[in-house]
Amino acid sequence: MINLNVNGKTQQIDADPATPLLYVLRDHLQLDGAKFGCGLGQCGACTVLVEGRAVLSCVTPISTLGERRVTTLEGLGTPDKPGRMQRAFIAEQAAQCGYCIPGMIMQAQALLEANPRPSPAEIRKHMSPNLCRCGTHMRILRAVERAAREP
Amino acid sequence: MNRRAFIARGGALIVSFSLFARLAGAQAGKLPGSLNNEPMLDAWIRVGADSRITVFTGKAELGQGIKTALIQVAAEELVVEPGAIELVTADTARTPDEQYTAGSQSMQESGTAILHAAAQVRAVLADLAAKRLGIPAERLTIRDGAINGIRYGELVAGQALHVRAQPKSPLSDPTARRVMGKPLPRVDIPAKVFGQAIYVQDLRLPGMVHARVLRPPSYGARLRALDAGALAKMPGLLKVVRDGSFVALVAEREFQAVAAVRAAAKAAQWDERATLPDPQQLYETIRRLPSQDTVIHEAGKAGAGAGMIEAEYRRPYQMHASIGPSCAVGLYRDDALTVWTHSQGVYPLRGAIAEMLAMPKERVRCIHMEGSGCYGHNAADDAAADAALVARALPGRPVRVQWMREEEHAWEPYGPAMLSKARARVDASGKVEDFQYEVWSNTHSTRPGPAGYLAPAWHLEKPFAPPPPRPIPQPTGGGDRNAIPLYRFANSRVVHHFVTEMPLRVSALRALGAYMNIFSIESFMDELASAARADPVEFRLRHLEDARAQAVVRAAAERFGWAAYRKQPGRGRGFGFARYKNLAAYTAVACEVEVDRDSGRVRVTRAVAANDSGDIVNPDGIANQIEGGIVQSISWTLHEAVSFDRARITSVDWSGYPILRFPDLPDSVEVQLINRPGQPFLGTGEAAQGPTAAALANAFADASGVRIRELPLNPARVRQALGF
Repeated sequence: MINLNVNGKTQQIDADPATPLLYVLRDHLQLDGAKFGCGLGQCGACTVLVEGRAVLSCVTPISTLGERRVTTLEGLGTPDKPGRMQRAFIAEQAAQCGYCIPGMIMQAQALLEANPRPSPAEIRKHMSPNLCRCGTHMRILRAVERAAREP
Repeated sequence: MNRRAFIARGGALIVSFSLFARLAGAQAGKLPGSLNNEPMLDAWIRVGADSRITVFTGKAELGQGIKTALIQVAAEELVVEPGAIELVTADTARTPDEQYTAGSQSMQESGTAILHAAAQVRAVLADLAAKRLGIPAERLTIRDGAINGIRYGELVAGQALHVRAQPKSPLSDPTARRVMGKPLPRVDIPAKVFGQAIYVQDLRLPGMVHARVLRPPSYGARLRALDAGALAKMPGLLKVVRDGSFVALVAEREFQAVAAVRAAAKAAQWDERATLPDPQQLYETIRRLPSQDTVIHEAGKAGAGAGMIEAEYRRPYQMHASIGPSCAVGLYRDDALTVWTHSQGVYPLRGAIAEMLAMPKERVRCIHMEGSGCYGHNAADDAAADAALVARALPGRPVRVQWMREEEHAWEPYGPAMLSKARARVDASGKVEDFQYEVWSNTHSTRPGPAGYLAPAWHLEKPFAPPPPRPIPQPTGGGDRNAIPLYRFANSRVVHHFVTEMPLRVSALRALGAYMNIFSIESFMDELASAARADPVEFRLRHLEDARAQAVVRAAAERFGWAAYRKQPGRGRGFGFARYKNLAAYTAVACEVEVDRDSGRVRVTRAVAANDSGDIVNPDGIANQIEGGIVQSISWTLHEAVSFDRARITSVDWSGYPILRFPDLPDSVEVQLINRPGQPFLGTGEAAQGPTAAALANAFADASGVRIRELPLNPARVRQALGF
């Protein structure tokens, strides 16, 4: 058994310690926000926060986490109490298929936690690890800028 | 004319209806859109006794926003708020059969059907109300799901809506709309930003197990041996399903299945064959392979003579490259199979799976759930076939099959590599004559239908072979889509070389051959404009007779500031235009690029599009599609090519197949929409791909003075072209 701190709750996980966090979030904890995209740390679809920093959960074995706090998309808000990033993505209609969007939101959340007023160039640089295939990038950038404006 | 007017009294909402003949319904005896295939009104719209309205479509949400647009159409004609409508999408047990969600045709087919069905349902309800109240239908007031205060659910009884649609409908006045033509927030977006379980990847059924497939390392590989002993101790492994070279590992937990397939890959021995062409000789190979040659257009006698300009263009194999690899869930129980799938065509897929499993198709149900965006025929159907094969081996247990990244990159059917040749000259008055264009391409559709188009079926003990490919005929075309210019040229001839042998697996990628043909023809137009010493925009207008085509060209040029453009060093501007399929949406794109001569890096700084998709339902939905199409086409055009050796695909992850990332983005992408209320829906999804590629290539030529005619314009090719 491994204890994980996910969205403020301690969870007991019965899995091989080498299991990547992504699989534990989805398969053990039924948290569907983080997505499987590549399993190689190349696309960002699985991005979550660990102690506020963006981490690629598909290449992060649960054994490496210890007591550090994991935050997933579900930890940012709910339809009743949406987080500011979620509100901004809805306001900008910043999704097409939406599959990359949870990773985008988490990556952007990490940026604003470290740098509450990023410049457009800083946003582009910071979002660089995350791939979108629908070409929703311009709206994603607008959503991040909006979230930075509207805390 | 069967003109109706509903005029309200006493300050109630005034809704007047009149009849607007649409092309889709105007042909004698033919019903509008997909009503022609499914004519019963209650196949499309049902009203419950509780007044709840359910609308059914055979089309699927692919991230293009179709659900929202169809709800708007129904809400408009049914005179209800969009939130009052529940929409059911592609499901072989519940919805009409509308074949594939593809070809930018969902609005023309399903949108048109639902528009007319909703108007006719409203008329049926009005007749029922008129009879009940003893008031002429013309004097009734319809508002918010009620007629003279009587809720729809109180009016419908029994089989009231189980009637055949009529060819003409009392459509509402397009100048007095409440819902259509106005931006409506997408109904699917909130669930996506809160991480709710809406993708097939998220489907979790009671007792569900996880499978991974041991995919062969190359197209020609056959499994020689699999050391089962190596798998015996894999934790959680429930079953190894083997049928010929098809091997699936089934485990309780998902990562256990991943670990098992990795172990199996080490324990497997394959016989491989070198079946792929020499990548250095790709275009020569395409030209040399056997082809069926068709003259698809001939006007006058296109001849040769002095001043002929010639050019050859090339496009490599390119991928759909969905961000989420394909996935499906299958459940086989009581001799019946259910598959949850992100396929674009649940009905054709059902037939293919039934054929593969030798089951009656009535015993197979395919239900669409969203997946990652597909942009055409990716591995969705293959994953569904995997799930069907594995589920049959584990009756009673839901089986989830998730493809890995390397499988998706290596096994999805690519957009075909293509070759084109253009020849023409400019006469003394500066107009094009003797235009000749030839295009070489594989098929752009190997969709199931036939089980032989499901990749897993190739590997079974009793394999299914792909049937011989057939070209998609004009006027839409496949490899020859948009190969006939919309421009009016004196003497022109267009030839389609349909290459029948397919060394790499290919199928439909967004816009099919239109991407390459528009890139080619619109690049060539700039070459001809240069010969005529004409401005590229003016040169296009000179050859366009269609007023709507001229309108988008002018709108894009004006919004871009074409006439006042000031060229800066290292930068240039370009233009591209097409009417998709020559019968759908009009799109013009103007862009500026900057070229870094040292690194070979090209970046679009600004892109401006003008689009006419006919009658606009959700303007923000169209803008989102055009913006996305532009950005995706920039990625294809600057970065993307499938790589392979003589046996294997070698671009099997994002490092081997780079796509556009945030720092490569334009500073701005602007979309100007031209609305044509009351005109037919023209669709949007694929409209931007070709014009963007052309505008980009033309802008590169303007910036650098060098024209590149082979895609992609990646740093290596750019450096080579610039003499580094």
